[in-house]
Amino acid sequence: MRVFTRGLLGIAGFLVVWELFGRSPLVPDDALPPPSVVVGELFTQLSDQMFIRHVIATVLALLIAVVVAVVIAVPSGLVLGSVPAVRHATRAVIEFLRPIPSVALIPLALVMLGFGPETKITLAVYAALWPILFNTIYALDELDPVMVDTARAFGCGRIRVLLQVALPSALPFVLTGIRLAATTALVVLVSVELMSGSEIGIGYFIMEARSGAGRMDQVLVGTVVAGAIGVLVNGGLERARRRWVAW
Amino acid sequence: MTNMLEVADLGHTYGEHQAIAGLSFNVGAGELVCVVGPSGCGKSTLLRTISGLITPSHGSVDLNGDHLAVVFQDYSRSLFPWLSVQGNVEFPLRRTTKRAERRRRAAEALEWVGLTDAAKKNPWQLSGGMQQRVAIARALAYQPSLLLMDEPFASVDAQTRFELEDLLLKVRRELGATVLVVTHDIDEAVYLGDRILVLSGSPARLVADLKVDLPAVRDQVTTRTDEKFVTLRSRVARLLNVGKPTVDIAKWAAAERESLAEEALADR
Repeated sequence: MRVFTRGLLGIAGFLVVWELFGRSPLVPDDALPPPSVVVGELFTQLSDQMFIRHVIATVLALLIAVVVAVVIAVPSGLVLGSVPAVRHATRAVIEFLRPIPSVALIPLALVMLGFGPETKITLAVYAALWPILFNTIYALDELDPVMVDTARAFGCGRIRVLLQVALPSALPFVLTGIRLAATTALVVLVSVELMSGSEIGIGYFIMEARSGAGRMDQVLVGTVVAGAIGVLVNGGLERARRRWVAW
Repeated sequence: MTNMLEVADLGHTYGEHQAIAGLSFNVGAGELVCVVGPSGCGKSTLLRTISGLITPSHGSVDLNGDHLAVVFQDYSRSLFPWLSVQGNVEFPLRRTTKRAERRRRAAEALEWVGLTDAAKKNPWQLSGGMQQRVAIARALAYQPSLLLMDEPFASVDAQTRFELEDLLLKVRRELGATVLVVTHDIDEAVYLGDRILVLSGSPARLVADLKVDLPAVRDQVTTRTDEKFVTLRSRVARLLNVGKPTVDIAKWAAAERESLAEEALADR
């Protein structure tokens, strides 16, 4: 409870600083609307169907991207983590691909995939793959040999050991990877939407609000909602991890 | 008596290092045999070749039955933390047995070791001694032709150790199980065994095959003070050269570290 109270105090402090800064003569008029204005606009937007559709579009894309990334990265991680030959063969390619920022691939993706949702989802999947893949491989490196011996002594073959011992024992690391991946994927999604790689979504909403009427209050509503999605996803996955993998 | 396990001229080398050499012995059905030897003599190599975790470079291991079960020293790493106690006991049966039958056999095995109430708990919520009882229940539920135990009670306190030794004697009496226990503890070997196989230092060779002439039902206080017990433990101790200045403990310890390291390498 104390931790919770302190957290609330921190948020309150942040809002006060923002309010003062927004109203101070240091920043130009309307460049940084204070929270009192933004909150009002937030409630207006939340009752607007169009805004809700933007939010749903981004959240749905995030969900799809994370699921696709898990489906690709976890099995790949299991193979790379347990078959040294495959790992050595792919190391160079992976080390080349990994550091490329997904945002740098936006122009390429736009040309190849067009302006539909598949562009932002593809890029988000690309960004989300790495944390899941590397956490899975790392977890297999940490796999306890006594557990493997136990399963083998009970007559389990390679595949059975992989699916019934290596995979569940990797689960805590995998879930941490998914949590990191979801946050990264959200950043990429909003970025692509901002860069007009989409016709719907929170990023698109922010872009429209700024370039049209210059409604900075609406821009900040979009920003706050994007941040809130990030917090909820992160917190939800952390709770899931604590609940299901408590060891 | 039919033999449950027949080991013939068994030898194993890791690169240059010969861990075991020319080992031949049998374990009869229903027997409890203890293997003792100095630290680092290759006991764990012996256990790994018998359990099929490594293929011996020489000789043969024949099991007169379809499968064996192993109880490892390190229970906390041998039990699966993502499964409940019951899930752990059912684990080896997943391949072969239907769900309802698995449930029944797990419940039965947990009852043998006195852990019926802990079935739904997670292994890491239990004490060390209880965790090792879960590992024993898991091995028993598998109904193995041979139960292999690798220093099974070396990681628990003395009191728990006595309890677990008596538990093992009780269940194997009731089930008629065939058991091979690898230990470095002479007292434990004499207390548990029907027979004791004494191994020499590295490479491990068979030095003696001794019959334990003690009653089947044993007791931690009276058995350990029985004259036969005392005589036999002294004899095994002499065979192992314990306490003699010629024995270089540091050398044994170094050899043990070396063989474990090589084994770890060989497993990669």
